[in-house]
Amino acid sequence: MSELSVNHLLGIKYINEDDINLIFETADHFKEVINRPIKKVPSLRDITIANLFFENSTRTRLSFELAEKRLSADVINFSAASSSVKKGETLIDTVNNILSMKVDMIVMRHPNPGAGVFLSKHIDASIVNAGDGAHEHPTQALLDCYSIRERLKDVAGKKVVIVGDILHSRVALSNIFALQKLGAKVKVCGPKTLIPKYIEKLGVEYEGNLRKALEWCDVANMLRVQKERMEISYFPTTREYTQQYGVNKALLDSLGKEIVVMHPGPINRGVEITSDVADSKQAIILEQVQNGVAVRMAVLYLLASKIQHNEN
Amino acid sequence: MSQKVLLNATEVHIALHRLACQLIENHDTFSNTVLIGIQPRGVHLAERLKSMLEIDYKVRDIKLGYLDITFYRDDFRRSDKPLEANTTEIDFIVENKNVVFIDDVLYTGRSIRAALTAIQSFGRPTEIELLTLIDRRFSRHLPIQPDYRGRQVDAINREKVKVCWKEQDGEDAVYLINN
Repeated sequence: MSELSVNHLLGIKYINEDDINLIFETADHFKEVINRPIKKVPSLRDITIANLFFENSTRTRLSFELAEKRLSADVINFSAASSSVKKGETLIDTVNNILSMKVDMIVMRHPNPGAGVFLSKHIDASIVNAGDGAHEHPTQALLDCYSIRERLKDVAGKKVVIVGDILHSRVALSNIFALQKLGAKVKVCGPKTLIPKYIEKLGVEYEGNLRKALEWCDVANMLRVQKERMEISYFPTTREYTQQYGVNKALLDSLGKEIVVMHPGPINRGVEITSDVADSKQAIILEQVQNGVAVRMAVLYLLASKIQHNEN
Repeated sequence: MSQKVLLNATEVHIALHRLACQLIENHDTFSNTVLIGIQPRGVHLAERLKSMLEIDYKVRDIKLGYLDITFYRDDFRRSDKPLEANTTEIDFIVENKNVVFIDDVLYTGRSIRAALTAIQSFGRPTEIELLTLIDRRFSRHLPIQPDYRGRQVDAINREKVKVCWKEQDGEDAVYLINN
């Protein structure tokens, strides 16, 4: 097995365990590459990639752009704020206009769930989903699992708790799929109002008490409270959220074991986790960011190798 | 499928000793020289030469690295099989060093072209030489020739040269395979 089973990375739901392991093995090689004095390889020199961001992003966009440039691909960037989308152009028209300029791959973030799947049915280019609404964010889940694998040697058999706003989180859904495919056990924890109603259907347990959840787990993935996605109040005050679901050093130290703390960023310091936790050696937040580039390089490389070479 | 022995174990052994001696002639104490085995098949030859230089010829502290060229190849998306990467392991700087590339078979020269690009990521060597156990004459696509060669062979394109190593294949031998 040295080829992905898919032509697009639309979500973790659509790939299998072998795909994930192939991405990880390839990412190992790229991690070595990005630690060299010259951090660049010429593999994708004849590939053009368009980064289409219909929703704001800093980290993911920079990470993708860096990954593309380290693979020597040509890159064009597009953000919805300054585009014809505002003038009423449809998604397919926007993308087809870009593709007519001979673009081979699309990295897309879109506020609507399923935007990537929809697009893959209508256009002829390889698509990487960089987040579609509250649906999936596959590369984030891959880099999270890759970081767990790096720190704890293996993902299989590990216990992972995802804490916080599960309802609005694409990171949570992709992580649940990826962790389960790799054989980890997953629990979710957070205010009941921010837990999807049918979460048990995914084979995930709910734990309302943060301390119990942390005592059970090997890894805690602390999600950001996404104020911008909440039209109504899901919990009374931020202070109350922090008291019940925020992780601080005293709580971590009282567990009697060392768990790994993760955060997909951007951190609300003092809300989900306190500063001393974020900066402690138990936190692998910056490793996650570094691994993000290597994992995205692996995804782009493996998808690009499936694009038919054009003789003309 | 038929196969013919090009070199048996004794002949491989003799060729290795000669190559080791030629390396010493040019590089003396290896104080400013590093050996780079090209992944995957050049690694065994490189390790063999290193231990031979150290044990039989008492050359000390030879630096050996492994270079993977997968991401530098010019047949990405052109070959039927997906390219599989190997580990690169170069824990020294090649800046201002004399580098000797080591590979088992020199055929079209494309791997070496890729290796020449790849090594630049680790600095600017003073000079680069090429050592190969088998030089397939008349089959080059690029103007690349070895500085040290074990044996020159004439093989037509559909024939395959296979180098076997005791560590991996159970014997030291070189075969010409005709499909």
